[in-house]
Amino acid sequence: MSIWIVLLVVLVAIAVVGWLLRFGMQTATGNAPYWRDLPYSVAFGYVFMVAIVLFAGWFYFQPTETEAGAPVASVTFFRWAMQGLIIAFIMAFGFKLLGSYVGTSWSTKMFRSMPLTASFGILVVLIYAVLAIFAPLIAPHGQEVILAGANTLPGGNVATGGDPAYPLGTDSIGRDILSRLIYGAQNTVGIAFITTILAFLIGATLGFLAATLGGWLDQLLSRAVDVLMAIPSLIFALLLMTIAAVWAPRLGIPLTVFMVLIIAVIDSTRVFRLARAVAGNIVVMDYVEAAQLRGEGLGYLIFKEVLPNATAPLLAEFGLRFCFVFLTIAALSFLGVGIQPPLADWGTMVRDLAPFINFAQFAPLAAVPPLLAAGAIALLTVGVNFIVDWMLHKSSGLKD
Amino acid sequence: MVIDRNKPPLLKIRDLYLEGWSDEDWSPIINGVDLTLSRGEVLGLIGESGAGKSTLGLAAMGYTRDGVRIKSGTVEFDGVDLVNAPLSKKRALLGKRIAYVAQSAAASFNPAHKIIEQHTEAPVRHGVMNKQESIKDGMALYEKLRLPNPEEIGFRYPHQVSGGQLQRAMTAMAMSCRPDLIIFDEPTTALDVTTQIEVLASIRDIVDQYDTAAIYITHDLAVVAQMADRIKVLLRGDHVETADTREMLERPKEDYTKSLWAVRSFERPQKPKVKADATPVLSVQNVDASYGTTPVLFDVSFDIHAGRTVAVVGESGSGKSTTARCITGLLPPTDGQIMLDGEPLPLDYRKRNKDQLRQVQMIYQMADTALNPRITVGKIISRPVQFYRGLTGKALRKRVDDLMHQIELDPDIYYNRLPGELSGGQKQRIGIARALAAEPKFIICDEVTSALDQLVAEGILRLLAKLQDELNLSYMFITHDLATVRAIADEVVVMKEGKVVEQGGKQEMFTPPHHPYTDLLLSSVPEMDPDWLTKLLEERGVDNIGDAAVGKMV
Repeated sequence: MSIWIVLLVVLVAIAVVGWLLRFGMQTATGNAPYWRDLPYSVAFGYVFMVAIVLFAGWFYFQPTETEAGAPVASVTFFRWAMQGLIIAFIMAFGFKLLGSYVGTSWSTKMFRSMPLTASFGILVVLIYAVLAIFAPLIAPHGQEVILAGANTLPGGNVATGGDPAYPLGTDSIGRDILSRLIYGAQNTVGIAFITTILAFLIGATLGFLAATLGGWLDQLLSRAVDVLMAIPSLIFALLLMTIAAVWAPRLGIPLTVFMVLIIAVIDSTRVFRLARAVAGNIVVMDYVEAAQLRGEGLGYLIFKEVLPNATAPLLAEFGLRFCFVFLTIAALSFLGVGIQPPLADWGTMVRDLAPFINFAQFAPLAAVPPLLAAGAIALLTVGVNFIVDWMLHKSSGLKD
Repeated sequence: MVIDRNKPPLLKIRDLYLEGWSDEDWSPIINGVDLTLSRGEVLGLIGESGAGKSTLGLAAMGYTRDGVRIKSGTVEFDGVDLVNAPLSKKRALLGKRIAYVAQSAAASFNPAHKIIEQHTEAPVRHGVMNKQESIKDGMALYEKLRLPNPEEIGFRYPHQVSGGQLQRAMTAMAMSCRPDLIIFDEPTTALDVTTQIEVLASIRDIVDQYDTAAIYITHDLAVVAQMADRIKVLLRGDHVETADTREMLERPKEDYTKSLWAVRSFERPQKPKVKADATPVLSVQNVDASYGTTPVLFDVSFDIHAGRTVAVVGESGSGKSTTARCITGLLPPTDGQIMLDGEPLPLDYRKRNKDQLRQVQMIYQMADTALNPRITVGKIISRPVQFYRGLTGKALRKRVDDLMHQIELDPDIYYNRLPGELSGGQKQRIGIARALAAEPKFIICDEVTSALDQLVAEGILRLLAKLQDELNLSYMFITHDLATVRAIADEVVVMKEGKVVEQGGKQEMFTPPHHPYTDLLLSSVPEMDPDWLTKLLEERGVDNIGDAAVGKMV
């Protein structure tokens, strides 16, 4: 009960300080326009923000161990999260600064005008791309190699149960987690990328066709898509994967190929909807009518008139769709029907290492391995979404 | 009205500089403009698009759009410094003592609320009246503005009333607190002539009755001549000149103002009569058409001869553009036929061959939507050349250069530009070049000048006339602006509700007797004479102008 009273007191204090701040600044600056026209709610917001920052600072410097020597997990994880945020901020800022001065006039201008979140997103995607492409060169060990020590803790510090040879530790059967994370970028991200491209080829082509031709083809495709979308996608994918698991060995085709096809088809329904809607707005334009009256064929209409004007929303959707595909693959792998061992995959890694999360309360370091793979997934998703937000903002022509 | 210039003015703008944020820098929009407005005075603010009229109009309320700032200068309304006034003080003024009427009433009303709900908002908020009083007052205002069913119309949603009525409802809304100043931002630009005249008459009437001062922003000189006591001309953010309306119309001082005034003088000489046995280039014969099951065209027939321009006039919804769609084959007629050079054209454009498609070209009203924004100017023009004549490489480039010279744009500068990097008039020229590239006999011009400023529009009309003389083209000119008709047409077809009501040579059309509808159209076009509206109202009475008169016609 007392926690609620404390909370209430704090809120009232913030409200009072906010009012004092506004009044004080109004008097001190002799009613400068900014403070004069500042609504009370905004002043409250400022003080509230400052209070949160103060609390975070205070919490950050709490001891990580009790006097009895037991670790305090909340402070430990909070410190790691804060350190991660600060590093991310510095990297994003540095990257933006670098881009603002190095490169062509077009790219420097782009970097100067982009928000910090977008530069962070681009940096993350670049790092992932490099890791995925050069995985065999970068990774210190193979993804399937079983090394001497199992369950080495991350950190590389022998005193805390680590091993400098494996900076992020090893998993329960002794495979190097760092190497598997790097190979996982190749497997998970690479397969997600191929799947997304395939989904776009199918969805955008059919969507453009439906919008341009209209009539019964549009009806047929749209209703078929409605039917596919009516079934929950993950359950549907699971069902199809179960069937494919029986067929795959019989036909001699790897199960991964089936997974790519199944996810591509399911996700292409969403792409179809978007492509059809976007193209529907374009085909009613006068320039398309002019091309039709000129006697242009379907190919010209779609590729020269519609496609160039649909790229911005489609690209933004590509980013989002990529995240969803990637999460679906991770989810399928987590459930055991996705990418098969011994190939490294982030979803599988989360599943395999998941029990360690139970150690979080009394051995924070031991709980880290499953969080690493989950964090890799989260980081890429966040990064891609930052880029997509920025692109949508630009293509919609909104200012600030 | 007599205006006492010795009293302190209502609105005083001194040396105002406004800047807009674009391309990482502040660029000037208004450069040191002064403006003085007395109580009860109407000031006309004119200039081309981009002259900063609207920005200045908003600045008169102490308001700037996002990305615009007041760099220096003062705006003083009745002794209150609006630039430095606290928000709370401005809030108390705006809507109560200063009101704003936007260009598009349809886009400015909230479609989710009834009109009267939006009308009462300002008086109730400002504590001028309570809701019941305000509703009653609204009905009285609607009656004064001659809206049909004033008791009931406020309880409709915005989409349930016509554009002209909505614009008047918006004027009533601006009037709801009896403000001292109203800013009208092009209130009639989006309306038909017959609707415009009603709105103009009612705005003028109500502004007069309540002795309200107004700033009337427009690019139509004839309109401003009716409305304003004084006129101020702006050119790219610079003040050009200010004078009383009559003075300004009779004796403009600056060259720019003179050129604006001279626009309406363009008129082509009458061409000799067509020989009786000549085969028309294009002949529309007894065409009926319908959208779905709704019939929209009834027995439309007219001929267009080589080297002639036929203007098709009528208000929106009269079937002008639908006729064009029938000719191009986008909307196959349900009955009748279209003849090209005496040969019947297949009704559906998909069944026409390349040569038939080539002969009939079209220039669109909105150059913005008629040019693909992602394709360069050079590619836009070269595509038809390549498509119809199969030219490639240097021959293609040479042909495109020739075409660009014909439309008076330098190919070296404009070849690689995207449509977004051109002005409205230049875009329209590219549209013309694209039509010419097909080497057609016949071009449909669908309201090609209605989205352009008058000077630019005149340039386009002169270009079209020149091309007609050089290439012996035939034009079908769809328009609702009779000044354009007077400038360019040889023959006129008047349409109303999908039927041709009158057709003939231009001279006959502009001399009485007319069909009553033609007469109404002709009489509704504002003239530069400042007494025109007053005289017209005296002659006809308020109930015999505009849409009210259309309703009475059989």
